Amino acid sequence: MTLLRHTPTEIKDRSALSINPAKTCQPVGAMYAALGIHGCLPHSHGSQGCCAYHRSALTRHYKEPVSAATSSFTEGASVFGGQANLLQAINNIFTVYEPDVIAVHTTCLSETIGDDVPQITEKARQEGKIPDGKFVVSASTPSYVGSHVTGFSNMVMGTLKGFAAKTGKKNGKVNIIPGFVEPSDMEEIKRLAAAMGVKTILFPDTSGVLNGPLTGEYKMFPDGGTTVEELRSTGDSVGTLALGEWASADGAKYLDSTHKVPCRILDLPIGLKATDRFVDALRLISGCHVTDLVAHERGQLVDLISDMHQYFYHKKVALVGDPDQVIALTEFLTSIDMCPVHIVTGTPGKKFEARIKEITADSPFPVNVKAHGDMFLLHQWIKNDPVDLLIGNTYCKYMARDEDIPLIRHGFPILDRVGHQYFPTVGYKGGLRLLEKILDALLTRIDRDATEDQFELAM
Amino acid sequence: MTAITKKKKFVQIDPTDLVQDLLKKYPTKVARKRAKQIMVKEAEGAATPEMGANVRTIPGIITMRGCTYAGCKGVILGPTRDIVNITHGPIGCGFYSWLTRRNQTYTETDADENFMTYAFSTDMNENDIVFGGEKKLKQAIKEAYELFHPKAIAIFSTCPVGLIGDDVHAVAREMKEALGINVFGFSCEGYKGVSQSAGHHIANNQIFKHVVGTKDEIKVGEFKINLLGEYNIGGDGFEIDRILDKCGITVISTFSGNSTYDQFATSHAADLNTVMCHRSINYVAEMMETKYGIPWIKVNFIGAEATAKSLRKIAQYFDSPKLTERVEAVIAEEMPTVKLAVDMVRPRTEGKTAMLFVGGSRAHHYQELFKELGMRTISAGYEFAHRDDYEGRHVIPEIKIDADSRNIEELEVEPCAESYNPRKTPEEIKKLEESGFKFKEYEGMIPDMPTKSLVIDDLNQYEAEKLIEIMKPDIFCAGIKEKYSVQKLGIPLKQLHNYDIGGPYAGFKGAVNFYQDIDRMVNSKVWSYLKAPWQEKPELSATYVWE
Repeated sequence: MTLLRHTPTEIKDRSALSINPAKTCQPVGAMYAALGIHGCLPHSHGSQGCCAYHRSALTRHYKEPVSAATSSFTEGASVFGGQANLLQAINNIFTVYEPDVIAVHTTCLSETIGDDVPQITEKARQEGKIPDGKFVVSASTPSYVGSHVTGFSNMVMGTLKGFAAKTGKKNGKVNIIPGFVEPSDMEEIKRLAAAMGVKTILFPDTSGVLNGPLTGEYKMFPDGGTTVEELRSTGDSVGTLALGEWASADGAKYLDSTHKVPCRILDLPIGLKATDRFVDALRLISGCHVTDLVAHERGQLVDLISDMHQYFYHKKVALVGDPDQVIALTEFLTSIDMCPVHIVTGTPGKKFEARIKEITADSPFPVNVKAHGDMFLLHQWIKNDPVDLLIGNTYCKYMARDEDIPLIRHGFPILDRVGHQYFPTVGYKGGLRLLEKILDALLTRIDRDATEDQFELAM
Repeated sequence: MTAITKKKKFVQIDPTDLVQDLLKKYPTKVARKRAKQIMVKEAEGAATPEMGANVRTIPGIITMRGCTYAGCKGVILGPTRDIVNITHGPIGCGFYSWLTRRNQTYTETDADENFMTYAFSTDMNENDIVFGGEKKLKQAIKEAYELFHPKAIAIFSTCPVGLIGDDVHAVAREMKEALGINVFGFSCEGYKGVSQSAGHHIANNQIFKHVVGTKDEIKVGEFKINLLGEYNIGGDGFEIDRILDKCGITVISTFSGNSTYDQFATSHAADLNTVMCHRSINYVAEMMETKYGIPWIKVNFIGAEATAKSLRKIAQYFDSPKLTERVEAVIAEEMPTVKLAVDMVRPRTEGKTAMLFVGGSRAHHYQELFKELGMRTISAGYEFAHRDDYEGRHVIPEIKIDADSRNIEELEVEPCAESYNPRKTPEEIKKLEESGFKFKEYEGMIPDMPTKSLVIDDLNQYEAEKLIEIMKPDIFCAGIKEKYSVQKLGIPLKQLHNYDIGGPYAGFKGAVNFYQDIDRMVNSKVWSYLKAPWQEKPELSATYVWE
């Protein structure tokens, strides 16, 4: 039986109804970014449901504890403003949980009533509710603007605004804003830079926070995360690499304009070409050479592409996810001779469609692309023009089942599989893993459908 | 294999000291407030202490609770398959309530409607917030109707909708008129009330007002009941249906697991209302009794013994030898498998301890299953219950109405002119009551708990961690938010809101599933791997001769 049985093939314009969204709201992105600060407790300024939903969503995806507090608005606070709730919350949080930093993000509720979080924070400081050596940073993240990616970007900005300082003495480091990627990806980006001898400040850094060990000890503030000291030092770095226009560019531009730390905005380093550009940018900005180890890993990726390419040529793919992720994936798929034909992101932004068109310009097939689209539309496109592979988050499994298409889970959220928090998809190593997953999906399908005479052991 | 059964490690600790320990880190005001929500169960026979419940969560204290929208859309209407549920608001709320509770549903064919796999939202943007979202909502309803032609469309208000003053009920009335299908709205903004509980109330009120009793094509059956407060998490409802069907009891409607619009619409035809989750739905049972004359009883299908007891209670109500015989035959047929399973597992679970902090009935119901495993519940509490769920329904008249409960509509219900029909005469009721049968009675969780156990309302993360450190339970039951922080401490956590990957746990087959899952969780080898050998014995020998 088909589970999305009501999705018709005929596509009609919808101006008001969103069905099966390919995005969610700003605060969850802000909460994720804040978890990448060492010793930080994210705080949701609104009613407690938002915080519960965001913690649940992140926990389900990362399979790790996600602590966050809330202002617990009731009707009174919604009418009279949330200042009293936030002041009380700040006091309680520092007393009970003792974080180094509280990162406050707003919700549609506190935004609509117009609470001024920086002003309330200042009041908390004056009233002595913020102990010495402790910090409160904030970001405005109304849920009715942008998406979870916007929220991530805004919290990166808010944190840098709160901490970045310039002493005039260069620290010899490169800032890297890795974008809304897995903890495993952040770890891989650090490893790659270290393999070239480049000193970096990675922010946010959820590695070790959302892929921590099981030891019998629970740390509300795990050992990972970018430290306050590092965050301050971002103003003294030699430059910033922002990975992904949507999630990372604003923070990098802020450091550039305010502290004269030059920045470059790159794609997420997913696949051969984007990783090449990242490695080259690291080389140029730091003056370090690309080491043999990194060149070796690159060669392995090229080798695997050559071993596999016969299976990829002109296979059609449908893709849905966050803009930075989807752009990088589209380029990678195109570079291995696959053909992304239906591409959707839920996050608004006109540049997305132009960029995808540019990457897929020489595709032999027509390409559908939509920013601020939804999975209902993607499904309709697939019904009209079937594909060989689908890449997207967990919710794609319904489409995959109904249309009988192999699915690779990628992006946020992945609720029904484990491992993504440990295995990167960025860098050359990440490319190897993605290729393995793609080929596995395609061959599993071939094996499943093979008749007895065609069921073969060798490639 | 007994080697993997860890030795008993229940620490004897005076719970009163423990309470002081829990409170000492809080600022004074917070400690004073929390103290009212933490109780030690006194000896049998002692009066149940007044429990602080259904009060506001303290800002900044990390709570397990969600919001009114989550209770209304996520819990109550989420499991209904053929209503198009449109969340009116920015995208987040609609997204998060999309298929995350493991509500299952079953249709005979592809021709049957099932919208549960879809998430519908008006995805409000800045413009809508500034200029109002009613126009967009109307258009969204129109688009949904043109695409799907559903029987009914429901609208759920999120926080900003309430603030900007969109009148979802007026929109619903207008669209109902225009489209000729039932369209109704819920004012379930997240900030209303203090927890999900307000959302259950709002949801049930509107279903009662707009759907119940609107259809008269009644399912045929001799013993007709409604199952209230069962959400078919992990297939619980399927197992309960299987058992009831086997007994010859007809379920007219389940509120709201595996349910349909028509089930709600014809639910007034049942002859008995059975209430599973007292917290989420006692209102509906009360209103249906007043309006249609259907009596209600509390049942519990969690636990094999509890299931048998509930079946007998239903049979006793209908007072039919045929039904009683059938029920006894079913119990006799099902129990041996259950007994076999529990006998296999019990040597490995006997004497172990559990803590349960979930929902507004589950923390009580699941204690039955642990009892069957020979496990002791040393601490429990509810996430969003009211005093009556702790202390019993007799305290309802004493519960003070505060600002946070006053904003939830109370329906004025009167006997229905056409359909009111008392199912039992006063004499019959009296006779049943004299034989010990209890109508509209729920005695609450506390009287059922062991002496000296600790009852905590709206548990928070700090207290959970402390409890575990001090009392070292063998298993902790809560939700996804709590799961991994508890497991980092080396204590397995069973989710009782959506059962992790497990279930069903209701009924007889469910009990067997539960025994096996708990055995796996408390006896898995993984919990013995937390320390590496070099951490267990860190000392170095000065010289070491390899042999």
